[in-house]
This record gives sequence, C-alpha cells and structure tokens, in this order.
Amino acid sequence: MSKIQQINRRDFVKLFGLASSGIVLGCNISSDKKGFIPQTEGAFIPNLFVQIQKDGKIILLASRSEMGQGIRTSLASAIADELEADWNYITVKQAVGDAKYGNQNTDGSRSVRTLLLPMRKMGATVKAMLLSAAAKKWEVATTVCKAENHYVINTNNNDKVFFGDLVDEASKIPVPAEETIQLKKVEDFKYIGKTLKSVDLKDFIHGTATYGIDIRIPNMKFAAIARCPVTFGTVKKFTKNKAVKVTGVAGVFELPRLIPPTGKFFGMLGGIAVVADNTWAAFQGKKALDIEWNYGDNYSFDTEKFKEKLTKRIAKKGKLVPGGSGNVNTAFKNSKNIVEATYHVPFLLHAPMEVPNATAWFQGDSIEVWAPVQDPQTARAEIAHFFDVKLENVIVNVTFLGGGFGRKSKSDFVIEAVAISKKINAPVQVVWTREDDVQHSFYHATSAQYLKGSIDENGKVTGWLQRVGFPSIVSSFKPLSDYASGFELGMGFTNTPYKITNFRLESVKAEANLRIGWMRSVVNIQSGFGNNCFIDELAFSAQKDPVEMHLDLIGKDQISKGKSKHPYNSKRMKDVLKNTARKAGWGKKMPENHGLGVAIHYSFYSYVATIVEVSVKNERLKIENIWTTIDCGLALNKDNIINQLEGAAIFGMSIALYGKISVKEGAVAQHNFYDYRMTRMKDIPNIHVDIIDKMHEAPTGVGEPGVPVMAPAICNAIFNATGKRVRSLPISDLGLV
Amino acid sequence: MEKSLSINGKSYTVKVQEEMPLLWAIRDVVGLTGTKFGCGVSQCGACSVLVDGLLTKSCVIPVSFAFGKEIFTIEGTSANLEFLRKAWNDGNVPQCGYCQSGQLIAATSLLDSIKKPTDEDIKTAMSGNICRCGTYTRIRKAIHKAVALKNESR
Ligand code: FES
Ligand code: FES
Repeated sequence: MSKIQQINRRDFVKLFGLASSGIVLGCNISSDKKGFIPQTEGAFIPNLFVQIQKDGKIILLASRSEMGQGIRTSLASAIADELEADWNYITVKQAVGDAKYGNQNTDGSRSVRTLLLPMRKMGATVKAMLLSAAAKKWEVATTVCKAENHYVINTNNNDKVFFGDLVDEASKIPVPAEETIQLKKVEDFKYIGKTLKSVDLKDFIHGTATYGIDIRIPNMKFAAIARCPVTFGTVKKFTKNKAVKVTGVAGVFELPRLIPPTGKFFGMLGGIAVVADNTWAAFQGKKALDIEWNYGDNYSFDTEKFKEKLTKRIAKKGKLVPGGSGNVNTAFKNSKNIVEATYHVPFLLHAPMEVPNATAWFQGDSIEVWAPVQDPQTARAEIAHFFDVKLENVIVNVTFLGGGFGRKSKSDFVIEAVAISKKINAPVQVVWTREDDVQHSFYHATSAQYLKGSIDENGKVTGWLQRVGFPSIVSSFKPLSDYASGFELGMGFTNTPYKITNFRLESVKAEANLRIGWMRSVVNIQSGFGNNCFIDELAFSAQKDPVEMHLDLIGKDQISKGKSKHPYNSKRMKDVLKNTARKAGWGKKMPENHGLGVAIHYSFYSYVATIVEVSVKNERLKIENIWTTIDCGLALNKDNIINQLEGAAIFGMSIALYGKISVKEGAVAQHNFYDYRMTRMKDIPNIHVDIIDKMHEAPTGVGEPGVPVMAPAICNAIFNATGKRVRSLPISDLGLV
Repeated sequence: MEKSLSINGKSYTVKVQEEMPLLWAIRDVVGLTGTKFGCGVSQCGACSVLVDGLLTKSCVIPVSFAFGKEIFTIEGTSANLEFLRKAWNDGNVPQCGYCQSGQLIAATSLLDSIKKPTDEDIKTAMSGNICRCGTYTRIRKAIHKAVALKNESR
C-alpha cells in the first residue's frame, strides 16, 4: 500500500460535497490483479477515502458496487473498528467510476479479500492523528491517550474528548508514516468478525434506496429497445406508423449495433429504439413495431442439436489440458471397476430482480450516466471510446444494484442509454423488459462433460479422465475463441481438491452462438456439478460412503506451495466437510423416500461443503434441509456471510431445479418468470449455515462459493432417495418439480 | 385526462391514460419509486401494493381501477407494516433490497388478514414474490417475529 495522505480542500469538496469539513484522508492501494479486460490505470492518486467531520460523522467513500453482498457495510466496519468509532456515526457514500479508485470491478468475490487491510490502515491512521491531537490539547504523551467509542480518553485522569471536537486540531497533524501505524490485535476487534447490520437497511425497508431504475432527472425521457431475436441479427426494414401513434411515444429510430474492439468492452446489440414520456408508453410503442430482421448466421443455432454435438465431441479425445499426472490409460487397463458418466448443464441466466437499465445525459463534449453497474470504470472507458469524448468528461454515477450476479458487469445497457440520449439530445432512461433480459443476456455457458474413473479392489480411485466442452467467455471479447480458456478451467477443473495419481483433463471445441458472460460462481457451476456427481457415482460403485470417498480423495493434510496469498490447505477442506456431515447427522437412518447428498467445492479461495436432504414422494421432489459450512478465512461480517450462503443455496436451487435457457432457430425460447422459473417461498427448505472462523487467516470469497455445491448435492440426494441419477440439469426436465 | 389518485392518504392529481398499469402511474407519473418493476406480468410481486386493503400486483392493474380507491405503497405506514419493518431490521433480511418493498407489502397484507400465520400460510401468501437474492428463510422468520413483537406491544 502506498502512503496515506491528507487531501487538499479543492479535491475533497469534489469528493464529499461543499458542506464538507474536517479531515479527509486518501490512500492509494495497489490495484489487485485484473481480469483479461484491460482497465485504464491512473497515475498515483489516492483511491480510498475517509472523512471525519466536526459533528463526529465519519463518511467513507465506497469504491465497490453494492448489489446485495453487503460490501458497503463490510468496508466501513474495518475502518470503524481500527478507528474505535461508534458505528452509529458511520455513513457510506458511493464513489463514481474512476481509475483513481483502483480496480472497482465488483466481481470474483474479491472486494473484502483485497480491501480489508487498506481499510484497516486508514482507520488506524485517523485514530493516530486524533490521539496526537488530544495529546497536544492535554499536553500529555500520546501513549497516555486511548480511543474508545468515538472519544479519546486521557488514561491519567479519565478526561475525554469527542472525536468531532478534535478534528480541527487533528487536521493540522502530519499524516503518520505507514510503518508507525499500529493495527489492532485480532482478539480486540469490535466490529470485524462480529455481526453488523447493513448500513443501507433503513433505506431498503422504506423503499428509499435509489436503484438505477429509480433515477429521475427533470425532462428525462424513457426508452425501450426492440432487439433481434437472433444474436447479432440486424434490422432489414421496419415500420413505425403504429408505434408513433401510441400515446406518449415521442420518437422511433434505428440504433445500429456497436461492435466492440477485439479484447475489450461489450458494445451494444442495436435494434429499434422507442422513446416516450414514460416507461409504459415506451414498452407499448415497442410492441407496436413492425420489424423485419436479417437473422444472420446464428439463426441455425439450436440448443438441443448443440447438446448432441457437444456430447459427440466429448466422447472422443480432446485437447490435452496441461497439469495432469500419471497415465490414465494404464490405470483403466489395470482396473476391473470402471465408471463412466456424462453430465450436462444448460445455458443459464442471472435475472437480477432489477432489470438492466441506465440513465444517460449526453451534453456534447461531456456525458453523465447513472446506472446499476458492477464495473463503472469499464462503462466509463467504453462510453469514451464509442462516443469520442475525453475520459475525464464522462461521469459514471453508481446507483444501488437490484441484484447483479455478473449481468451488470457488462455495460451494454449503459451504452444504449448514451446512444439514445445523443440522438434525442435529452436525458433518457433505457429500461429492459423482463423478456428483453431473458432473451438478450450474456448467458452462463451450457456445458457437457464426460468422466471416466477407475477403482481398485480397495475402493481407491486410481484414474480420472475428464473431458469438458463449453463456449468460452472469451468469445464475447474475441470472436472464434472456441475452447475453454485457462482462467475458466482454473475454476474447478484444474484446481480440484482431489489428489489422484492418474489424472487427465481434456477440452473439446465449443463455439458460441449467444453472448457468453460470467454468472455468480461462473465455471465452478459445471465443474462442481461434474466432479461431485461423479465422485458420488464412484463411491457407489466402490461401495463406499460418499463422505469417506471425498475425504480419501482430498488426501492427507497438505498446504500447497507457491506464491499464492491464499495457499490451498487440504485440512481446511476436510474440516468443512466433517463439520457439515456432523451437523447433518450423516449416516443416520433416513425416513422412507428421504435421501442425503453431499458435495464440496473450493472456489474463490474459500472452502465449502454442503449436504442436502430431499424427499421424493409421488414423483414430487422436496428439498427438506440444507447444511452448509464455509471456511472463508477471517469472517468479516458474520450475519452477512450467513445471509450470502443462504442466498447462494436458493440461487443454486434455482439452477438445479429450473435453470434452462433453450434456443430454437437462433432465438431464446423462454420469456419471463413463468418459463424461466425461480425458487419461491413454497420451495424453500430449512437452511443451516456454519462458518468455521479463521480470524488469523486472510478473508476469502463469500458471495459466490456457496453456489456450485448445490446442484450436485441435490442430485446426489435424489439418487440416495430413489436410486435414480440426474446427470442432466435442470431437474424440472424430469417432471420432479 | 386529469384524475386524482389517493396514495398513502395523500391525493395526487395525475394526467394519465386509463389503461396505463397502476405501477407506471405510481412510478413515472406520481414519482413514487419505492414500488418496483420486476416482470410486468404478475409473476414476481416486486410491484405489490394494496388497493383498498387488497394485495394487488400493480403491473397488471390499469390505473383506472384505483381511481376513487385508497392505494397503499411502501412509502406508507401502518401498524402491521411497522412491526414488519422492525422485524426485517432485527433479522437483517435484505440483501440487494430490490424485492423487499413488494415482500413487505405482501407480508402486511398477510398480517392484515391472519393474526398469527403459520409456515403454511406464509408459503401461500408469499410465493407470489420472488427474491433472486434468496432471503426467503429470513422473510419467513421475520414475519413470525413481527407477530411476536406485535403481541409483546399489547
Ligand atoms: S412487476 Fe408486477 S408482478 Fe412482477
Ligand atoms: S433482496 Fe435482492 S431480490 Fe430480494
């Protein structure tokens, strides 16, 4: 981390508004590893900010987007803890998209992982300055002073002074050097590792949180866009007569597709835009359009046929993925017990409750947008690129996100809003209908896997061959990227917790005919499904207990070597599994028609094990109980983590039970929540979450790691209850739900 | 056509087309944005409001249906809603928060009609509201808690 500095008056007014007073500290944290999307890097400019005002209020500028994961609260709690602040004085302000805030891309479950320490140091620095100010005031040594619950206390005589009353004096004190800053001992944490309510809770329960779709600007218009049902199809011709007659419709025009340069950005699909006085008129106008499309090459795409094609490809030898070991063929030759299975997961959709939307105001050489974006910097850079304005003249205001799950890290909907605002010369809000969201997303890729394993006479797995094919996310940035990339295979295929002497991974070709994107836990969804279902099959064939089988495959206690800040530790993997098994009463006798299934997964550096109890009666599946244990290192905000894991269980249930986007003649066949179904209150089990707290370990991912275990644990439980294997998702295809 | 809409006890004069769904009249014409859009086809409950006390998916009801009636939204307040809010707060229910306006309105309607709902009642009453973040178990718990808080307050 670079130096912490005081911010000059001009800059902090820009950041916190005119009424600002007090101390504002900024510091620069080294930006964490970027994905393959290049991001604009700033020169040294502080990127984390904390302000303490005369009235004692402490304001933190949150650099990451809030989409339900509680990040605004988590970051604030780290500062407040080191600062010995009273939680009630904390407010959080959202930062706009700017490289000066470091990497703001809110994905990969990494915000806490990368920001905890810098946040703590910020808090500790402010505290040190307040202590010095008080010491000066009382003319005592700093060591005599201590901070407690928003006061500095003179330990000699118990005099105390309120933080706010020290601000003037403290702002004159030079910022202490980083080396002199002392952080609290883990044992002394007051907020970190405890439970804090979301700083935004009050707004959420009063309907006063402003999401993207709630932005209102004087004289703004609303717009809807009709997009070609087939990905990348274009407008052949259209008639607007009926649409312009709809009351409230102000304009109808074509928006050409914006194709992003190779390797970065998302562009926009284009289509016919309908601008109106209100959202409903825009939707009605869109319905009244008559459009003939040029469907283009993707017209022939059909997910049923694609599934057959992938299944054929994985039946044959594929491209070897480096990192294997031993020789699977010898293992197979020497074994009398060979197990083979093929698994499928369909295309999946994020469907955040708030549809994609953005408000933009194009004003010639400057552009301002308000949008629910996970990655405001990419949105900003992309706007500058496509509309030829200087980056510094683009302002991206980040609103609350009504769910993101990866969908809102793509800025296509923001670009649409800017394009329309430019055309009509007025502020405009583009709102997607739910049907637009279902049919024009960046989908989680469909996948097929073939697995072959061998077992020796002691029930030990001796060989493991896995062939996988799924369209790559890279295809959205580089057309014709037909094989899974290394970073994708690194999510549960090349980094499994299992130690197998003879291991071989192959990848097969899988072309993309839809826009592919990342969705909560990404490739771990299919790797977790294939790995865990297959281990269950191996255990059955070896007549071994599935939990024992997992423990065997994880092997002896071992910490991986290498430079990683978060080395893999096999003991932690086993511990979460053992804990879950204990909590679930694994091994107990089950009521008739009930079954238990287990799955484990290691992702985003966190360890998760889940056991699911199902019942299947009269061909109806019911999920009765879910037990999940996570080890995510230091558990920053406990109840928030539990909430995330509960949510991940529900999200994973939706994938397992209902998740399926299918395509016919190039067009997505689903429309809305009636045919892209979600887990509802009527479906829910009891969910029991355990955290194995490692206060002395670095914090690791929380938002995503709970998802990949769900589908396989459910399917394994169905097998345990009924003797039937589910190898192809979703379960609703079997008529069980 | 100028008409008057009564929302949370306050009267608003609006110029709308009769067939505009109540949701958009509330959000885009009146300007109260606490009531949310999620699907537009009565599938998710994000747009839930009470019309003369009846739970209504405002995305599929024309605004004309509400003329002369009393509309209750998340911006409003009622005894049951306040107990629910307290319970939502205590149980740290929301994640992204987006569905919670609709969830709270649906739960208010439930408590308005059933004093002490069972899990089964909650299942029936709340299954029209989707929470993509998956806060259902907390919602269920919070509804029971709201009932407990209400009884304590007597
Ligand atoms: S928006 Fe009305 S039910 Fe979904
Ligand atoms: S809290 Fe996000 S959809 Fe319910």
